[in-house]
Amino acid sequence: MADAALASKNEEPFVRFNGVQKTYDGETLVVKDLHLDIYKGEFVTMLGPSGSGKTTCLMMLAGFETPTFGDVLLGTERLNMVPPHKRGIGMVFQNYALFPHMTVAENLAFPLEVRGVSKADAEAKVARALQMVQMDGFQNRRPAQLSGGQQQRVAVARALVFEPELVLMDEPLGALDKNLREQMQYEIKHIHEELGVTMVYVTHDQSEALTMSDRIAVFNDGKIQQLATPDVLYEQPENAFVAAFIGENNKFVGTVREVGEDACAVEVKGKMIRALPVLIEGKGGKTTLSLRPERVFIDPEEGSFPNVFDAHVEELIYLGDHIRARVNVLENNEFIIKVPNSYKHQTLHKGDNIKVGWALEDCRALDA
Amino acid sequence: MTDATVSPVGLMTSDGVPLKQSLARAERRSRIRAMMLVAPLFLFIMITFIVPIIDMLLRSVDNPRFQEVLPETAQVLMEWEGGGLPPESIYAVMAAEMKAAMKDRSLGRLTSRLNFEDPGMRTLMFKTARRLNRVDEGPWKEAMIKIDDEWGDPQVWALMKRTAPAYTTIHYLNAFDLTVSPEGEIVAQPEELQIYGLLFWRTIWMSLLITGLCALLGFPIAYLLATLPTKTSNLLMILVLLPFWTSLLVRTTTWIVLLQTEGVINDILVWATILNDDERIQMIYNQTGTIVAMTHILLPFMVLPLYSVMKTIDPSYMRAARSLGATQVTAFRRIYFPNTIPGLGAGGILVFILAIGYYITPALVGGRTGQLISNFIAFHMQESLNWGLGAALGAILLAGVLAMYWLYNKLIGVDNMKFG
Ligand SMILES: Nc1ncnc2c1ncn2[C@@H]1O[C@H](COP(=O)(O)OP(=O)(O)O)[C@@H](O)[C@H]1O
Ligand SMILES: [Mg+2]
Repeated sequence: MADAALASKNEEPFVRFNGVQKTYDGETLVVKDLHLDIYKGEFVTMLGPSGSGKTTCLMMLAGFETPTFGDVLLGTERLNMVPPHKRGIGMVFQNYALFPHMTVAENLAFPLEVRGVSKADAEAKVARALQMVQMDGFQNRRPAQLSGGQQQRVAVARALVFEPELVLMDEPLGALDKNLREQMQYEIKHIHEELGVTMVYVTHDQSEALTMSDRIAVFNDGKIQQLATPDVLYEQPENAFVAAFIGENNKFVGTVREVGEDACAVEVKGKMIRALPVLIEGKGGKTTLSLRPERVFIDPEEGSFPNVFDAHVEELIYLGDHIRARVNVLENNEFIIKVPNSYKHQTLHKGDNIKVGWALEDCRALDA
Repeated sequence: MTDATVSPVGLMTSDGVPLKQSLARAERRSRIRAMMLVAPLFLFIMITFIVPIIDMLLRSVDNPRFQEVLPETAQVLMEWEGGGLPPESIYAVMAAEMKAAMKDRSLGRLTSRLNFEDPGMRTLMFKTARRLNRVDEGPWKEAMIKIDDEWGDPQVWALMKRTAPAYTTIHYLNAFDLTVSPEGEIVAQPEELQIYGLLFWRTIWMSLLITGLCALLGFPIAYLLATLPTKTSNLLMILVLLPFWTSLLVRTTTWIVLLQTEGVINDILVWATILNDDERIQMIYNQTGTIVAMTHILLPFMVLPLYSVMKTIDPSYMRAARSLGATQVTAFRRIYFPNTIPGLGAGGILVFILAIGYYITPALVGGRTGQLISNFIAFHMQESLNWGLGAALGAILLAGVLAMYWLYNKLIGVDNMKFG
């Protein structure tokens, strides 16, 4: 899908946030100068901590909030003044918002009815939509008679049954337990691939975002911090927030001493760490170094890495497929290393003195 | 301990008492404590609610006078198969008992009862009793007919027989504008006495109208209460509850001040030259007055259940409906409104039940045409002292309320009802 998304970049965007700002109280901007293009058929996730403005963005797209400034465009149409019911956007709410006084079938038929679809057509479409979410035979149940996961499926089916081109989901899996959540992630992903609809998905769960999305917009403080495919986001975070928010991350705070084309030297506790300059202010500036735990090697061969330091093993946690080692490096005792539980893997003991090393490209110098 | 847990005769606590027994003892203690907690309320309700209702139901069929005053006569009359004139033996028993009743002055209690049946009965009874005093021996039949030939009239005896039993349905017949003809058949009351059918009908339609008005006025208020930000809605809630905190009498008299012919509204209309001074509208001391004042007084009983239901309707339902393509109106009609029905039902039944039994407001502002059934119950209890009829009217009202409740339960389900 990443390829498809890239290929489609040549087209016009399907959804466009153009310099959108939003304030509720006239004092604080909840969304600050948002630019976001979403292409047809894409699965884009808005990922960010609670209160970062994700829901607000979704609501502006759905028509339940109006932008204070800027435009939201669907195709070439400016959406600002279009009422919600004319936007033709399917939406799945966090609490599902299934109508409690209607059966499952009536819930699904509702969007068709208000569009004047004939009864026979509607029935066929409802049956097909329920089949898609594997909820055949539940037509006559009330929402209260369904489990959380089943309600979730019905809510998804209802958002899709009138064949919208754009579907919005606001933390739809938040109320489910872990296993069900993972299963539903795959199912939603498959439905997306099958139908080719454009999906805008909101979550605060980074692993959910990584699993499902073509592209992820990381939100913080009303701004998009980085918009990229999952692999780029994980491997090449552009700032300290994204590095910390996505995946596990070791960090050092230091001062830039030398800056080159593809390398810089950062002083941390009197030692020099060689890192990749990504977002630094130049010589003398503060920087946060970011390093993924799985990119750290224990007792590397002499000369294989530019960064090799002494470390002291503080704690070991056995996790089955790997062992997490918490070590103290350069006075940072929150430094995590993942030791794969593979054939002939290194064995560490608490209190060992070891050496750790990492490559220059894996250590990214970001904003402080 | 280990022995106890495997012992085939049953488990023991550590001090050797069987587990079942000590559990029962512990439960009994908490049961008694719970019973003692509810006992005062239970007694209170028994004394102030259940007992009066039973008493009222009994009174509506009770007919003790005949049996008290002329017990033997009542007995032989009930045994007599009726039709024509009774045999000499009944005349004899009755004559003897009437003399006795005249002597201990208990006859009056019976005659007032008989007078409900036929206004001539009091005179007849006293006259007969007085004259019988001077007759010492029979045949009594002749003697009594000689005193007044009414005693030779089979219809009078039919009346006596009808009035003899300890229980009667006459009050219920009267409450339905029926009576028993001199021939002993159930017939309609004469036209000018037919008031209760009209009254019941008026009570029902006015209560329905008041319920409808309360729903119409209460729905938007409850909606605002449920959707406005807490600060504003609290203020509005105080306005809704304000009538609760002012005396009923004060509120009702306020309406009099506003609505009477020389009142504020008429004054304003005249001042604005919408009306001439001689065209002032009669808005109180009639049905309009009762309807306006009662709607105002009962409104909170509609608003509160509605509000509590609307509060629980998730705003995302409306959003979901809009996003699925429904206009604001359709979303309201198809999604929001159906979810408010439990509140509407609860408020409706509450207001309706209160309205059909309402007394003070119609009494104060109802005039002649705005009186409800309860005003007539009060009339019979306090002025005409026909408690039997008052009780029968009350019992019919009670049956009506229970029927309403049953109907509501059939249609909507009491479990769905939310009072707040
Ligand atoms: N209807 C509203 N009125 C006022 N403030 C709101 C409203 N909705 C959200 N906010 C505020 O806007 C900010 C962003 O909220 P939201 O978009 O819901 O974030 P997210 O979905 O990322 O958790 C929060 O600080 C929240 O308090
Ligand atoms: Mg949110």
